[in-house]
Amino acid sequence: MAEAMGFFTDTTICIGCKACEVACKNWNQLPAENGGVKQMSGDSYDNTERLDGIHWRHVKFIEQFDGPYNGRWLMMSDVCKHCVQAGCLEVCPTGAIIRTQFDTVVIQSDVCNGCRACIAACPFGVIDMNPAAGTAQKCTLCYDRLEVGLEPACSKACPTDSIQFGTITELRARAQKRVEQLRAQGETRAQLYGDDPNGPLGGLNSFYLLVDKPEVYGLPVKPQLPSRNLAKSGTFSAASAAVLGLLALVGLRKQRMDDMGGGGGGGGGASAN
Amino acid sequence: MSDTFFSAPPHWTWFIIPYFFIGGLAGGAYFLAAILDWFGQPAHRPIIRSGYRIAAVGAILSGFFLTIDLGRPLRFWHMLFQSENFPAIIFKTFSPISFGAWAILLFGLCSVLSALGVMFEDGRLGNRTLRAVGHAMQGRAIAKFVAAIGGLCGFFVAGYTGVLLSVTNRPIWADSPWLGALFLVSGASTGAAALILLAPGRGATEQAMRWLTSFDRNALLVELLVLVLFVASLWSIRQVWLGFWGFVLLVGVVGFGIIAPLRMHARPAQAARLVLLGGFLLRVATILASEGIERYHMAAGT
Repeated sequence: MAEAMGFFTDTTICIGCKACEVACKNWNQLPAENGGVKQMSGDSYDNTERLDGIHWRHVKFIEQFDGPYNGRWLMMSDVCKHCVQAGCLEVCPTGAIIRTQFDTVVIQSDVCNGCRACIAACPFGVIDMNPAAGTAQKCTLCYDRLEVGLEPACSKACPTDSIQFGTITELRARAQKRVEQLRAQGETRAQLYGDDPNGPLGGLNSFYLLVDKPEVYGLPVKPQLPSRNLAKSGTFSAASAAVLGLLALVGLRKQRMDDMGGGGGGGGGASAN
Repeated sequence: MSDTFFSAPPHWTWFIIPYFFIGGLAGGAYFLAAILDWFGQPAHRPIIRSGYRIAAVGAILSGFFLTIDLGRPLRFWHMLFQSENFPAIIFKTFSPISFGAWAILLFGLCSVLSALGVMFEDGRLGNRTLRAVGHAMQGRAIAKFVAAIGGLCGFFVAGYTGVLLSVTNRPIWADSPWLGALFLVSGASTGAAALILLAPGRGATEQAMRWLTSFDRNALLVELLVLVLFVASLWSIRQVWLGFWGFVLLVGVVGFGIIAPLRMHARPAQAARLVLLGGFLLRVATILASEGIERYHMAAGT
């Protein structure tokens, strides 16, 4: 396998230009929404609002304002995290979701049948249906570009290098230096999200530099795999099935005993109609 | 706030809800018929005949709803076989949709075979091939073998739908490990309710029905207990029930679907109708309560 590739997104230098969104839609030929007639979000300057099947990049605007003049903007170009342990890949029943030689996670649209299990499994709310294709879709980390040695469209278009593309090893070292630099400058809240290979989901191949708590950016504090519930939920189901089976057998035995005793008691039964 | 609130809804709505309800009901009805097939008396035969028929129709309907809910329905077989490497199968033990698809297929096969067996008994099979299959199912050993496999698959289908919801990252579903057990018990109670309504039409005697009504009451008590455990396990996100779906769960499911039927001893048919309503509303409330929670949204000023 080639070396793991990914994104490091430094949110402190994102200017919210959304060039990454445009480059992504353009390269991946993603359809317009609502026939190209865009509705305003109404509660934010962010009018693309979310990641979904036709928006594989989304620049979040976090507008922290207390009154008209006191506040700050946080901006973060969000994308599929290409988790090292990916929930979507785990639950996909068709095998449409694969891990590539670049350690990225890709949905093969010609295999996906649109069951949508991956949408509910993703802890980040990244995946959604592409209504034009009838399949679930998300960022491929420009798999087609990577195969021919090109950089993904979004990071190529980013004018401030907020989105940086490279090998994960190199990006982690660069990110750590940047955190130290920010902290030295007094930004004590600077932290990396998803860079730890021993952290949640085995680390994220698209990780972030944040200057506030993850939940402020719409990121879960401790994302988990959906399979965490499988054993417990399955055991409780099996136990309840055993209880019902036992109740059914005990009821049959009781009825047989009642019938042998010549009595008809034991049930509250009357005619069903 | 639970980390599940950062995920996105999968849009599992008006095809999946009837699928979960009918699949549970069919699985429960088959399980009860299989228990009677193995351990019952000749007087239970009309219940068995009804159970297998309900299961066969339910399994076919379940497959239909599941398929048309897909974004690409003609690719339904991609859940069973590797599309680029047919006929190699695809089976993932940690993906409930994957093993569930196989369970539905097996359950459908067993329920159709059992239904053909009882239809042959009734002399209702005109087609020669179907009559031959129905005739083959008259052998007690094969009939009981199919009943055992189908009974287990029936309960599996009823329960896996809840497990499937828990094996996600969605609010409510992934926040409780009790959904599988709840749907399974509800499948049993609704399966019994369907049999209470239909078996008398096939000649079930009052004596034979006594076991069924008694079982349904016990199943409702277990369902109430599991429902309490389910709601209690969601205590940390209890605000999700402060709305319309919480009202439906309390009044529709607990009130009309469990408490009222438990108090209607003398009117089993009416009680059974309420159990069916409660079982349907259980799926509606648990699925739509989570579907209605959009991914975490940062509005201005937060």
